[in-house]
Formats: sequence, C-alpha cells, structure tokens
Amino acid sequence: MTTLSGQPLSEAIGYSFSNANSAPHREHSFYPYTDNGGSTLGITGSDFAILAGDTRSVAGYNINSRYVPKVFKIGGDDETGDGAHIVLSVVGFAADGQALKERLDAVVKMYKYQHGKPMSVRACAQRLSTILYQKRFFPYYVHAILAGLDEEGKGALYSYDPVGSYEREQCRAAGSAASLIMPFLDNQVNFKNQYIPGSGEGHALEPKKAEPLPRETVEQLVRDAFTSAVERHIEVGDGLQMMVITRSGVEEIYYPLKKD
Amino acid sequence: MNHFPEAWGRPRDDVYGAYNPLYLQTTGPKAHTQSPAVTGTSVVAVKFNGGVAIAADNLASYGSLARFTDVKRLRKFGESAIVGFSGDVSDMQYIDRLLESIDIRENYSTNGNTLNAKNLHTYLSKVLYKRRSEFNPLWNHILVAGFDEDKKPFLSSADLLGTTFSAPHLATGFGAHLAIPILRRLFPEETPLESISKDEAVAALRECIKVLWYRDARSLDKYSLAVVTEAGIEIQEDQQVEAQSWAFAEAIKGYGAQVN
Amino acid sequence: MFRNNYDNDAVTFSPQGRIFQVEYAQEAVKQGSVVVGLVNKTHAVLVGLKRNAEELSSYQKKIIEVDSHMGIAIAGLASDARVLSNFMKQQSLSSRMTYGRPLPVDRIVSQIGDRAQTNTQQYGKRPYGVGLLVAGVDESGPHLFEFQPSGMTQEMLACAIGARSQMARTYLERNLDKLESSSRDELITHGLRALKETLSQDKELTVDNTSVGVVGVAGEAGRGKIESFKLYEGQLLVPLLEALEAAEAGETKEEETMEVDS
Repeated sequence: MTTLSGQPLSEAIGYSFSNANSAPHREHSFYPYTDNGGSTLGITGSDFAILAGDTRSVAGYNINSRYVPKVFKIGGDDETGDGAHIVLSVVGFAADGQALKERLDAVVKMYKYQHGKPMSVRACAQRLSTILYQKRFFPYYVHAILAGLDEEGKGALYSYDPVGSYEREQCRAAGSAASLIMPFLDNQVNFKNQYIPGSGEGHALEPKKAEPLPRETVEQLVRDAFTSAVERHIEVGDGLQMMVITRSGVEEIYYPLKKD
Repeated sequence: MNHFPEAWGRPRDDVYGAYNPLYLQTTGPKAHTQSPAVTGTSVVAVKFNGGVAIAADNLASYGSLARFTDVKRLRKFGESAIVGFSGDVSDMQYIDRLLESIDIRENYSTNGNTLNAKNLHTYLSKVLYKRRSEFNPLWNHILVAGFDEDKKPFLSSADLLGTTFSAPHLATGFGAHLAIPILRRLFPEETPLESISKDEAVAALRECIKVLWYRDARSLDKYSLAVVTEAGIEIQEDQQVEAQSWAFAEAIKGYGAQVN
Repeated sequence: MFRNNYDNDAVTFSPQGRIFQVEYAQEAVKQGSVVVGLVNKTHAVLVGLKRNAEELSSYQKKIIEVDSHMGIAIAGLASDARVLSNFMKQQSLSSRMTYGRPLPVDRIVSQIGDRAQTNTQQYGKRPYGVGLLVAGVDESGPHLFEFQPSGMTQEMLACAIGARSQMARTYLERNLDKLESSSRDELITHGLRALKETLSQDKELTVDNTSVGVVGVAGEAGRGKIESFKLYEGQLLVPLLEALEAAEAGETKEEETMEVDS
C-alpha cells in the first residue's frame, strides 16, 4: 500500500510542507507572440525600389481587419509621411512590427536632427540590424524588409531575419506566403531556370542573364504575385499596398485583392 | 505524536492528501498573472454616420460562475471617448485608474483635455504592449470608440499582446465569432459610413448582444450601450435583452419538445 | 574687498530681494545676437541675426527645428540652448510615440520653464545662460512664447530678445496692429524689418547672417493640417530679402508722397 504522496507507508513521514522548496517549476503559460499573417514583397530596379504587402490582419481563422498596413514610410512627417525616402515592411507579429517601425522612425528622425542630413539607406539598414539584434533573446518576431535608393541612386533592398541577420538583395518575399511567392520571383526577376533558346544542348545551354527590370514590369509582377498568393493562402488578401521609391519620393498605390 | 517536532500539528498526507506546495514557493521565477480571474466577455462596436456605438453586457464571471452581474465595462474618457473592456476585471479597473489620472493631468493645461480617442488608443496599446514585453500582461482586449483629430468617427482595438487594428465594426472575445458576421452582413465594409444611421447601428448592436446572450454561456441579458457623437456621450447602463425567441430550441434534441 | 557678497550662487537672495546669478544669466541673453518672433492668425515666424566669432569661422546657429510643428530661436549661450532643444526634441518625440499627438506648445514651454526654475533653487546649479523664443502650432493655432533663464515664460504676440533688441521691440510695438491681419509673407517681412532696426549703421541683412523659421496652420495648398516648420537659410533667403527691399522701397515712396501732400 502507498500513501497519496506515492511513498510506501512504512517509510513515509507523510506530512505536508516537508518539501515545500522542491516544488516543480511552474510553466509560464503566457505566450507573448501571435501570428498576424500576411505577406510582403520587395523588388528593386535600376532607379527605383518597390515594397508591397497585403493589408489583411488575422488571428487564427479570424480576420481582425481588412486594412492594417504592413508597409511604412520611415523618417517622414507623422501625418502625411512627406519627406520620407526609406520604406520598411514588417510581417509576422504585428505589435512587434509596429514597435520596430516606430523605433526605426525615431532613429532616422534623430539622425536628421543631430546631423542635419537624411540618413542613408545603408546606414539605416545597419542600424535596423542592431536594433533587431539587441533583442536577440526576446526577439521582435517579424521578417523585415527595408527599401530605398543607394548613394548611386540605384534601388536598394535589405531583408532581415527576426534577430537581425541581413543581406542586400534584388528581390525578397516574406511572411506566410513567402514560400509561394519567392520561387516565382526567382524565375521572373532573376530568370532562374530560364535559358536562351537554341544556345546549346545540355550543359552548354546558356542561362538567361538577369538584369534590372523596368518599373511597369515590376509593378505587374508584384500584382501577379499577390493575386496568385491570395488564391492559395488563406491569410493573404483584402488589399495590396505598394510603395514605389524613386528619386522624386515615395509613391503609395493601393490595389484591391479578393476578400474571401 | 511522533519524534519529528517540525511535523507536529501538520495535516497528514495519508489523511488529507499532499499539500500542493506550489503556492508557497519562494524560489523560482517571479510569477506574474498567468491567467485572468474575474472576466468580462465580448464588447461589440460599430461606426455610423457621425459617431460610434458600443455595447457590452454587465457580467463579470469567475470561471463559469456568473459572479458579478452589475459591472460597467464601458468607461468614459473625457467628453468624447469610450473604452470598452473585455478580459480581466481587476486589470480593467487598474487601466481605468490610469485613464482617470491622465484625464485630470490633461485638464490642467490651458486648452483642456485635447486627447482624442485615437490618442487614447495609441496610449493604451503602448501600455498593453509594454506589459506584455515585461511578461506581466494586462489581461484585456479593449475597444476604443470616439473621434480622431479630423473629427471623423474612430474605432480601434488593442489586446493583451499590444496588437492593434481598426475596422468599421469590431468585437472582442466570442463576439469576434458571433457578432462580426452579423455586422459584416448588415454593414458591408465597402458601404460608406454616411449611409449608416445611428438608429441602425444601435439596433444592430442590440441584435448582436441578443445573439451573444443566446449562445455565449458567459454572457448576460443585462447590458450597457454607449453612443459617441459630436454632441457628446450618451451612455445607458441598465439595458435588457428584449423580444427573445427561443423557437430555435424546439428543433434541438434534448432541449425542447424533442426528447429523444 | 568684495563688492558683492550675494552673487556667489544662484540660490541666495540679496537683502534687496534679488538673485544676482539669475540677473547675470539674463545679461548673457542680452549679449547674444538678436532674435525676433511674431505671430498672426495663421503663422508664427522666427527671425534671427547670426554672428560669426571671426571672419574665418562659420556662423552660429540661431534657429533650431524641434519638431515639424515647432522651432526655437536662441539668444545667449548656444551650448545651453542645445541642451534645452535636445530635451524639447526628446519630449516631443515621446509625445508622438505614446499618444500619437504633437506636443502642445504651452506644455513644452512650461516644462522647460520648470527645468530652468529648479536651477535657481537648488544649490550647486547654474541657471541656463540662454533665452528662447518658441514658435509652434497646435490644436489652438499658432503660438509664440518667450523663455528667460529665470524660468519665466510667457506667451507673446511679438517679441525680440538679444543685443539691441529694444529697437526691434519698438518696431514691433509700432506695427502691432498690422501684424495680426498680415499674410504669411508680410509677417516674415515685418520680422525682417524689425531685425533690420537692430543693426548698426555699417551692417546689413545678407543671406549669410540671416535666418528665418516659419511654421503655421496649413492653407489650401498643404497636404497635412499644418505647414511644417521650415528653416530659410542661405540661398533660400533671397526671395525673402527681396520682398523686404520691395516693402521698404514702397514705404519710403509712400512717405515721400505724404510729405509732398502736406
């Protein structure tokens, strides 16, 4: 026979409080993250960069709202966004994304205040990486993409993982439909698996060389990528928000997507 | 009596069962709120031409016990903003005290309280986000109703993680499942706000509260309803769900006439 | 031996009820180069005269943008002004961060007023050696505030502080009735004229030594609700100085004809 505490009766002292300090650790049942879904996408050209994202916000199978932007102007006027030359997109946990965007915005504004000149995209990209890495052990749960024009006026795009590892790229898709969009981009922007017809047989077949695309083509690619993603991913839809960064500023375009 | 003086007077495990020492634990991580205790259920709200209507029932539950049946979960802020709380009631009261102190502080300024509902929502979402980041969340999901800086109707939500979103109609908790579909059908998102009258909005909310009373086990047929317009806030805290029809119960096995 | 026993610190009154250190700080403001501020129904304007320590050096900054809805003009110790403007910048950024609202102008002014006052009541502290004109817009329209090292702040319709600022104040007092109804550009011209009054005979307003800051509620052209703070320096000043010349030419002509009439 055993006692309730599991020890044989003969050996049990059998009084409570005897092992009060060896209690099992209670699990933290509060989980500080959620996934708000959605997808973002960025492509650069020779004199522009485009960052886009859908505007749906979800919680599980619920649609929170059909218009919650994921793409933000950084360093511009608070109300109108005028004067901004850098754009950030964040996808993942929306509250972290919002906090990250506001921190970067404050950094860029303080930079301008202290140095009297706008922050370069390269500097901003490096700073964003350090901001993310500072929270290495309680990360901002977002995939960020930063876009602007570099010192030579060429489109610049930087993509990040949640802890600040980053890289400059020609194009990048992030978020829940990234795995659907990225292969499409590989093929259509970097011409992966495209060859010049009749250039040879087998290994001699010459791959089609990637070169910067014109703005109209890129805009159409972005629209196609999202209309396709909407068909195959439940968390993507409602609206497409596009920011086009050129020498003359940042242009915002809204394009409705299917709401189903 | 035995020869272990430290055990004298203690309840014996084989008689009373082992005491769960978890609650006496002095070591280990500091325990913050792991789960809410006394809770309020859904809040529903909808924008209309010239204002916002918001409703919540007057129940505070303790688990499945209907503990307090006269709790006001709609709180006024200033002369043109309403906050609707669902989730933990003690955290609601804490936030309410915060709002009170802000309102007093604001009223000392020469121009009076200039914080509108939008400013208030920004502030509350920052409070919620900060507390979640400290792993000590305020266990609430709130709706803020009022006006923005352009005097346009404003309705937005913030939850215990700091996630925020805005839509023409919003509901927390069970209402997100039961009320939102009703509101989306009555007032599709693309309908202009100008075509929704105050009476229509209020009638829709009453309908939502009724449906919630039918199907949400943690709800009550006594509720509060507030309407924010340019003229100010009308708040009624002793509303009663009326004209219920239990006809649907007839068709349910084991509920009405059908026994087998 | 000692001429004055009551100016060793900023917290001791003299038997006459004066705090000399604070008065000395106010002297520092009077030695700074002049800045002028003025408001009408829609705009607040700051105008400053920049000085260079020597021919080879650059000109000291006189007008600083604090936020898109607010700027300051400084007279006195520029380094003290920078401390204050950094504080104001931080406060207005944090107001935008926590409430999503630009900080009301009277609020920030009373905050720096409180800071300056503590410096006159805590042992071992030194008053700020700078006076400020704070121009900004908020929900209740455009505002101009004056700030002094004593911690005194007050709202003004028009104001000038710094060296020879009395001349500018005289101009402003004479033209006060014209200010309120003036247009944005006329207001700037009035500011420049007030500034010009303070110049000694051999000096003139140039694109190098003048600085203008404008903020206002938005007209039809603006996209936002406010016309963001804009700093005019260097070549941007050319049209403003031309407008000043044109206005003065018009005025002298008017005076001449009046004399002929009488």
